[in-house]
Amino acid sequence: MREVYLDYVATTPVLPEVLEAMLPYFRDAYGNVQSLHNWGDKAREAVEGARGKVADLIGGEAEEIIFTASGTESNNFAIKGLAMAQQSKGKHIVVSAIEHFSVLHSSRTLEKWGFELTEVPVDKYGLVDPDKVARSLRKDTVLVSIMHANNEVGTIELIKEIANVVKQSGAIFHTDAVATAGTIPIDVRELGVDALSLAGNQFYGPKGVGALWLKKGVRIMPFLDGGVQEGGRRAGTEDVPAIVGLGKAAELAKAEMGARAKRFSALRDRLIAGLPAGIEHVTVTGHPTRRLPGNASFCVEFIEGEAMLMLLNHQGIAVSSGSACTSRALKASHVLIAMGIPHEIAQGSLLFSFGLDSTVGDVDYVLEAMPPIVDKLRQMSPLYSKFLKDKKGGKK
Amino acid sequence: MPVYNEKVMDHFMSPRNVGEIDNADGVGEVGNPVCGDMMTFYIKVDDNHISDVKYKTFGCGAAIAVSSMVSEMAKGKTLEETKKITPALVAKELEGLPKNKYHCSNLGAQALNKAIDNYLKKQGKEGKGKKRGKK
Repeated sequence: MREVYLDYVATTPVLPEVLEAMLPYFRDAYGNVQSLHNWGDKAREAVEGARGKVADLIGGEAEEIIFTASGTESNNFAIKGLAMAQQSKGKHIVVSAIEHFSVLHSSRTLEKWGFELTEVPVDKYGLVDPDKVARSLRKDTVLVSIMHANNEVGTIELIKEIANVVKQSGAIFHTDAVATAGTIPIDVRELGVDALSLAGNQFYGPKGVGALWLKKGVRIMPFLDGGVQEGGRRAGTEDVPAIVGLGKAAELAKAEMGARAKRFSALRDRLIAGLPAGIEHVTVTGHPTRRLPGNASFCVEFIEGEAMLMLLNHQGIAVSSGSACTSRALKASHVLIAMGIPHEIAQGSLLFSFGLDSTVGDVDYVLEAMPPIVDKLRQMSPLYSKFLKDKKGGKK
Repeated sequence: MPVYNEKVMDHFMSPRNVGEIDNADGVGEVGNPVCGDMMTFYIKVDDNHISDVKYKTFGCGAAIAVSSMVSEMAKGKTLEETKKITPALVAKELEGLPKNKYHCSNLGAQALNKAIDNYLKKQGKEGKGKKRGKK
């Protein structure tokens, strides 16, 4: 059976060059970065090299990079750490309604700690209006966090415009760039942000490693207390192989970014054009043009996402869904609901994401596999039979 | 490790008794698309037995497998026997469901019960009519 992995948004594989770069640091150069001997020196050199490469990817300075264990950790660190460090100035924070749970849930934790939270709504494309951010700002607003692009629907936000608005208020501006770092060009100075989160497994680095870029001079509460690692802000023995892998992945991403994006967006556009053309009542979710190169997200009406996902898996095709049944909380994607998509349609969400191993053949295989799957599930859907009956009734 | 066992997958991949019954003796609908699952059961009753059962289901793999299993369990049984089909029994017949999918087995049993109630209600009405006729 053909196997087609179209779930790069869940994770990318580790590139062979990345793995090669990591291997020596497990068995040969296994020293602790903090040790003051040759073993320590080698590890330190490797980590500092990686720090420079990650900084280069986003136009930052090496000393502004704090390594973490994931994108989720970077977001937790930023939201809680930045808010807590500024709390003498005020206790109000602003995020968008479509943030990743690592930002949303961190914000709700801050609410329990006495902060006030404003969630800025989005339009039907998942776009945050900078004016709405401006209107949400108060004298006591200390932190604003808006994601660079949404992982589920691929919409790229107007970060530069939002940063301008936030800057005037004096609040700190963080952006979750987990979906964009290594995928589209980022220059932190040009974007005008104060902090930015990224994760290795989104651009062919290993899982279990991420980074927080924090502009020089911005205060943050340490995430892990302990030793002097990462400037005392994130203590714990450095995961040298993972950090080296992140650095190598960043270097490759920077060099190949344009070529990758060109390939992915061609595949994305082929699927976005082909799927609604081949199946009735399929809508594309997210923004038509401000969109991640590898993201093709849809809602298929009258049927549910998990059932589609399972039948696709049976055909060797791996994808994601934002349906209630695929989530642990059994709630439909908060992103789709915030975009104003009705619950019953949001239940039919499917997300295809393209990566380095994707081909035109993969897209065509999906276009061939999808219609019978949708048909099978619609044939047994009470919503579809109701729709057909109403349609008949309407014609009379 | 797959989320669903082989039995659940079998019922999901090849669901039994899918469809609608025109002029059904009883119809039961539960759930709504907001919560993610919706089931409509149709029954035909002959001599106090479920002579035919069909359903339509909007929902996840577990919801579809549960509908299929419930339909199999009900077919040919008396109404009293059918009333005894509990969510736990459905889950047992499916050799287990993931923890967060147990609510799907509730829906299946509920929809079938509702269809029987609907049938009994109709019968009751007809019965009343007959009584009145006798007067």
